[in-house]
Amino acid sequence: MKKKITCIECPQGCQLEVDVENGYVVKVTGNKCDKGTDYAKQEIENPMRVLTSTVQSDGLELKMVPVRTDKTIPKSQVLKAMAEVQKIKLTQPVKVGEVIMKNILGTEANLIATRPAAKRSFPS
Amino acid sequence: MAAAVAAHEAGVKDILLLERDQYLGGILNQCIHQGFGLHHFKEELTGPEYADRFIKQIENLPQIEVSLSSMVVRLTKDRVLTYFKPGEMVELKAKALIMATGCRERTREMVHIPGARPAGIYPAGLAQKMINIEGWLPGKEVVIVGSGDIGLIMARRFTLEGAKVQAVIEIQKESRGLIRNVVQCLEDFEIPLYFQHKIRTLKGKDRVESVEVVEVDDNYNEKPETRFGLSCDTVLISVGLIPENELIEMAGVTDVIKIDLPGVFVCGNSYKVYDLVDWVTRDSVKAGKMAAEYLRSQM
Repeated sequence: MKKKITCIECPQGCQLEVDVENGYVVKVTGNKCDKGTDYAKQEIENPMRVLTSTVQSDGLELKMVPVRTDKTIPKSQVLKAMAEVQKIKLTQPVKVGEVIMKNILGTEANLIATRPAAKRSFPS
Repeated sequence: MAAAVAAHEAGVKDILLLERDQYLGGILNQCIHQGFGLHHFKEELTGPEYADRFIKQIENLPQIEVSLSSMVVRLTKDRVLTYFKPGEMVELKAKALIMATGCRERTREMVHIPGARPAGIYPAGLAQKMINIEGWLPGKEVVIVGSGDIGLIMARRFTLEGAKVQAVIEIQKESRGLIRNVVQCLEDFEIPLYFQHKIRTLKGKDRVESVEVVEVDDNYNEKPETRFGLSCDTVLISVGLIPENELIEMAGVTDVIKIDLPGVFVCGNSYKVYDLVDWVTRDSVKAGKMAAEYLRSQM
């Protein structure tokens, strides 16, 4: 079976043609780099995404601290992971890359801060 | 920031960086999604991470003085500028000036959406700031007008926060945004994208209640039989950006073809609208070097 998908690894957005047999990718064409082959395989067999969002904070200089998963998680888990992210309230200062939640939903991905947030120095 | 660092590297030792906001980083701070830095840093970063790399560089260069909460309100053609910062008004003359003032969003008024004028209509980038910086969700049922990148990104963002995005309505035949954003922001969440469609009328008394959508032909004429309604409490407008050049206009530039302001350089989205921040950095580095060269030529 042939499938057409768009590679989302970079802004070029290559149109890939993928040969799929029994749910597995056997051939990829249309990609301008190796990332396209890996992406097609992943996307057909087990699609993965990085989740980016924000978490609430209390007592920090930012009201909302932006976060992301440090690696991809299964696409099917994105909304569930989001429910976990919404429960978090950050009270301690964070640096960029600092882990906020380990092994989110057992995916082995950690939720990390993407912007530094120090203690708030004045009452708001 | 890239222009300041580049000017510093090219030998300029007295640099003042004026930022209107309370933080460095500009619009990158609200762009919490990934897709930044693939060319410049060879890795995929979020907006705040990309900004943070430059903030750290600036912090390590004491010759670049940073002034936050500083809003420039006046510029003359001999580079005298006036700015406000908390409790103070400052006037100074720069030997060279680099403008990196970004863009403004095109608004509802610029795309002629007929109908009522209730609350609940936001430029997409403003909604992005409300959610990602302020933590307010502007609405629960959303229709997005225009398929610019910010609109696509916000379709996903609203969905993640639990809102229902009814549709993205694009009057052209193809998306204005990057194809990867159509895939990962709309298709991933099964959000419909209507090409060659427009909002025929917008309804609602105090708050938006619904929109009526209609297909258009190649000459943008409505096909009345294709009308359909969508309920919504929020309409986002994502129909492009306009470079913010109020200050150089104030300094006497009336014709963009013949900018005649020696010692004034423009970079980033205030120069032209970019789709990738990596190219903003590349060209801003050039602006920093050109400013340094200009200063040398004046010695």
